[in-house]
Amino acid sequence: MIPSLPRPAWVRVLNGIYLALFLAFLFLPLLTVAAFAFNDAPYPAPPWHGFTLDWFLGDESSGRVGLFHDSELLDSILTSALVAGWVTALSVVIGTTNAFLMERARFPGKQALSMLMLVPLVIPGVILGISILALASRMAEFADAAFGVDIEFLRPGLPLVVAGQFSYIAAIATLTISARLKRFDRTLEEAAFSLGASRGAVLWHITLPYLRPAMFGSAVIAFLMSFENFNTTLMLVGADTPLTILMYGRMREGATPVLNAVSLFLMLASAVLALSLMRRGGRKDS
Amino acid sequence: MMETGPLWRRRLFLALLLAPALLWLSLLILLPHVDLALVSFRERVAPREYITSLAQYRTFFTEPLYWKVFVRTALLSAVATALTFLVAFPVSWTIAKIAKGRRAALLFMVCLIPFWVSETVRTLGWMILLRESGVLPSLLVKLGLASAPPELLYHDATILVGLVYTSLLFMVVPLVNSLESLDNALIEAAYDLGASGFTVLRKIVIPHAAPGITSGCIVVFMLTLGNYLTPNLLGGTSSQWFTEQIYNQFITRFNWEQGAAFGFLLLGLSTFMVWLGLKVSGQRFADVMRRA
Repeated sequence: MIPSLPRPAWVRVLNGIYLALFLAFLFLPLLTVAAFAFNDAPYPAPPWHGFTLDWFLGDESSGRVGLFHDSELLDSILTSALVAGWVTALSVVIGTTNAFLMERARFPGKQALSMLMLVPLVIPGVILGISILALASRMAEFADAAFGVDIEFLRPGLPLVVAGQFSYIAAIATLTISARLKRFDRTLEEAAFSLGASRGAVLWHITLPYLRPAMFGSAVIAFLMSFENFNTTLMLVGADTPLTILMYGRMREGATPVLNAVSLFLMLASAVLALSLMRRGGRKDS
Repeated sequence: MMETGPLWRRRLFLALLLAPALLWLSLLILLPHVDLALVSFRERVAPREYITSLAQYRTFFTEPLYWKVFVRTALLSAVATALTFLVAFPVSWTIAKIAKGRRAALLFMVCLIPFWVSETVRTLGWMILLRESGVLPSLLVKLGLASAPPELLYHDATILVGLVYTSLLFMVVPLVNSLESLDNALIEAAYDLGASGFTVLRKIVIPHAAPGITSGCIVVFMLTLGNYLTPNLLGGTSSQWFTEQIYNQFITRFNWEQGAAFGFLLLGLSTFMVWLGLKVSGQRFADVMRRA
């Protein structure tokens, strides 16, 4: 089983077969999606009809609307990026303040609060979505009845989508950044203080730079999780549709290979994000 | 940085740090769930007129469709969790104990790929592979294994394939972590004392990896139970997943009272399973979440 013990040949062969099957299982769906983005046929299905870039470049005149001319898809990518940008910024900021709160401050009820911060991670996304939807609409109705004002951002739409995704992504950012702050060597701060640095200067020049890898890492994760989120978004979405919701709608209708094209784009974007995270992780000691 | 300085300044710092955390947890977690609970306990007797009642929960237990879908979702989620464990264990073992250095790191990274690619994309891949006009059915016909292309979508097995694929990462990471901390000398000692491979697995490996196994199973079960996209697209109209019932009540029928009750039933089951997993393995919630 472990290298220092004898492994019979049949065990090694079985293990090899298992690993081959496992890798096929992991890669087959993704390779299929990528390949059919280039198939010269109106549906992403075999047989292979030859190579084409229509599903990227095609426009109305060719009868095949490719990714770069499909304004609905392009708009939804922008919508998703906008939502993810907000969620990322909010999560990293709140994650950092939470890290200082949990690692540096002492107050009654801290234990309970630290448990409560983990709760969003065990609530199914659909339920996060409907609970926020219910509270927001109650607040909107109340504002309408009491003051006669219509509060737009409490109706299903992008602000609620941001709130819903943030509600659990903030917990992940808090965990990541707290873990790094816990390992921080406090003597560095004390040394700076005794050399006459102000609180602000110590925070800016010593502590935050030390936290930067964790902040960057949780920013990448937050962006990705927001961009990919489906469950919570589905319940809170309004007129502007993020990419996952639009793709879901089209997949139910039986879409053209333009969805494969946008999927390939997503895979490449994820790969770039993953590589940037790994390169930073390799350079810094995280 | 905070323990020093005048009292008023420490108080100010504390207040400034507490405010965002409390706003987040109260406005987006606590209050919404209290509100959802209130909604689930009311019944509409006339337009804009509600009374407090257990009617929504009563409907769930008296309408066979609802509780059958609930039980089905729970059972299939349990099966998916078990399958994920069976698929993930050998590869985790290979990463932690057999492969060396770069190969182990590479294999580990490969297991993370499904996480980096959106669930929509993964599901699209399975649809193109499995549907009647898809890649695998036409391959089966070409190989002479089937006379007409079989429809491989819209079965329970298809849903399970999609769920296992989506969940793998959440099982592999805790398993690898817990297996790596197992001292090889223990396994060697057991062998030297004449234990068979199976005995070593049962008496040494599994007990040592138990915390990782529990973490993985809790997270996978929870995510599977709450999944919407994979059962819906791979199972089609026959998927009968409980999250779809919640969506139907809330969004399609606009029956928020019923939808809220369904939401709480799902949350209750999910919480119960987390609690059970912790109880059985004697772990603390915070440790499990950090490990995952």
